Amino acid sequence: MRTSIHRSRRLGALAAVAALTTGLLTGCANDSGGKSDTSDGGGKGKTTITLGLFGTMGFKEAGLYTDYEKLHPDVTIKENVIEKNENYYPALVNHLTTNSGLQDVQAVEVGNIAEVVQTQAAKLEDLSKVTGVDKSNWLGWKWQQATTKDGQTVGLGTDIGPMAICYRKDLFKAAGLPADRDQVSKLWAGDWSKLVATGEQYKKKAPSGTTFMDSPGGLLNAILSSQSQKFYDSSGKVIYKTNPAVKNAFDLTAKAAKDGLVQSQPQFQPGWDQLISNSKFASVACPPWMLGYIKGKSKADSAGQWDVAQAPQAGNWGGTFLTVPKSGKHVTEAEKFVTWLTAPAQQAKLFAVQGSFPSAPSAYTLSQVTGAKNEMTGDAPIGTIFAQAAKSIPLQPIGPKDQIIQQGLTDNGVILVTKGKSAADAWDTATKTIDNNLEK
Amino acid sequence: MATRHDTAAPPVGEGGAAPAHSGAVSGADARRRARLSRRWQRDIRWSPYAFVSPFFLLFLAFGLFPLIYTGWASLHTVELTAPTDMQWAGLHNYTRIFDDDFFWNAAKNTLTIGIISTVPQLAMAMGLAHILNYKLRASTFFRVVMLAPYATSIAAASLVFVLLFGRDYGVINWALHFVGGGHIDWQNDKWPSQIAVSSIVVWRWTGYNALIYLAAMQAVPQDLYESAALDGANRWQQFFHVTLPQLRPTILFTCVVSTIGASQLFGEPLMFDANKGASGGAEHQFQTLGLYLYEQGWVNQHLGRASAIAWTMFLILIVIGIVNYVISRRLRESG
Repeated sequence: MRTSIHRSRRLGALAAVAALTTGLLTGCANDSGGKSDTSDGGGKGKTTITLGLFGTMGFKEAGLYTDYEKLHPDVTIKENVIEKNENYYPALVNHLTTNSGLQDVQAVEVGNIAEVVQTQAAKLEDLSKVTGVDKSNWLGWKWQQATTKDGQTVGLGTDIGPMAICYRKDLFKAAGLPADRDQVSKLWAGDWSKLVATGEQYKKKAPSGTTFMDSPGGLLNAILSSQSQKFYDSSGKVIYKTNPAVKNAFDLTAKAAKDGLVQSQPQFQPGWDQLISNSKFASVACPPWMLGYIKGKSKADSAGQWDVAQAPQAGNWGGTFLTVPKSGKHVTEAEKFVTWLTAPAQQAKLFAVQGSFPSAPSAYTLSQVTGAKNEMTGDAPIGTIFAQAAKSIPLQPIGPKDQIIQQGLTDNGVILVTKGKSAADAWDTATKTIDNNLEK
Repeated sequence: MATRHDTAAPPVGEGGAAPAHSGAVSGADARRRARLSRRWQRDIRWSPYAFVSPFFLLFLAFGLFPLIYTGWASLHTVELTAPTDMQWAGLHNYTRIFDDDFFWNAAKNTLTIGIISTVPQLAMAMGLAHILNYKLRASTFFRVVMLAPYATSIAAASLVFVLLFGRDYGVINWALHFVGGGHIDWQNDKWPSQIAVSSIVVWRWTGYNALIYLAAMQAVPQDLYESAALDGANRWQQFFHVTLPQLRPTILFTCVVSTIGASQLFGEPLMFDANKGASGGAEHQFQTLGLYLYEQGWVNQHLGRASAIAWTMFLILIVIGIVNYVISRRLRESG
């Protein structure tokens, strides 16, 4: 008896050790702690395509994986999600430079796509050559963003972020402004300084404690993304300091901040979330996904209070690309899958469920887009409104360090004006920071 | 049961089985013994090296190699996006540090945050240790509680502190409001932000140091206190004239460890402003050297620059170490 107890104990220990070890090994091999991989013809001859994603991209939630698995019974789809892009992206760069640990499909955020195109194109498949990929499906600028100078397209666009201005009807009314979306759009049509002027008007009769817009960073970002040139010119030279469009955007935002037209909290921080839930600002520059964010942070009584007006000039905020690394395990399968996943019909479905706006213009006429409604905006036909914005987004050259420059202008620049610094001082601090960060 | 022929008693010689063999057997035995002894000696000689080797192999792989590689990278212009593509830059990455306002700003912040976190931390630790050294009920409980902040992860702790130090909805400003205190912007003003970061450090390490002091205090011979008491010294005099001098080596040790910890301060300021992350506030008001290094390397992806900063920090630490050593020797000689 004793020996058998001993043996069973030892067996138990062995099993535990074995389980732990395999757990560790597969954990390492899979890199983001997914379940162990049954690919490579193991099991029933199924191919497992893995996706590396960040944040909530919603493919799974929209049921697109199950759709594809039904169409292709020999394929299983698995995603590995890292919550924040600022954690996801450095890891992706490390994996690409060492050619290891990569998933079959890797998502890249629009803020990083220029750097990926310029530095990592050799490690990625040229997706323009894949059968079924039709360049004309995508908005021209979206396609261009993931294409190298010699014509290699490393990523297929999933969604974009056409920007409009979302505003609170009740607060606008209370401040004596029109609440109808067409009239509101007319207030500032074509000119960002008219938007700021509307803010001055709002301030005169504003409900106490509220401001016209949410944050200096949001306003600056909106103005900048609607310019034909931002931080880089088309040859790839950094021009942010000499580009009058950037300086004008900065000064206009600084003026709005100085006059108290914006709140002083940086976006997406706990303090800013509090502002949403307490209804402390009347408008916000807003791509479709922002409505989802607002919904998540609002109290129940603000449902239906929002509406969407056109921005003075349309710009783009956000959007993602899917790339296929050459060192992936199932390159051809992954290419086929990505082609299907980014086709107009699938993009429309993703919008209907998840609010990620299609980067395929032919999807804009599909009923899933034209009939889209949102709880925060009531009956507003958001699909049509955002589609209109999407069509007038300028083809703006994006550069590898766009994010660093933008972050400098926002977090080390205009935010300082709300703390009482002069616009000129804030510009100095921002440019000094940015230049130091750009220097190799 | 011996069924095989050779296992049966061998018919050797005239006198019987066993003794005739003895010569041959002892020869083999001696050889075997010699072999064993040689093996044993080899064992004695080399095994310790085998036993310590895991550490040194790991150190080579994860300590020495990165150190040398970083040194090599610091002499090049190299980006994280293409770490194999190095361009020789000589000492450029080092010489530019002299004109780098951000580096010196970070160095200054590291120093000031280091001082306003280390000094109160060690003073409070000493006080707490002194109290714990009295006879207390449930003293183990209090000692464990002391160590609890140290066991908490920085990330979790910092998140709580961020909420406490919030400008508009923070608990501390709310409390200050009742005593007529101003509306302090804990994140964006220089000194408040540095004090806030220091408070996280103080909270985390005070108990740890207190336990070290407590251990040292309990090693102080009781008769010293008795004779001091006979001489008419009160509690405070005993503390200053018996406890403190006896604790001098321990205090030096905690000073050195805290200094090293302070000069590498990273997690607390990083978490304190999740939005700006590595830039340490809108005006870099609480960016430490560790944070600056991280910003250059991982946010801006300038591997060469970051390596040079790392090595400069290393050299600064060595200088601090030497200063510490000199001071401690002086103190020991005078003591």
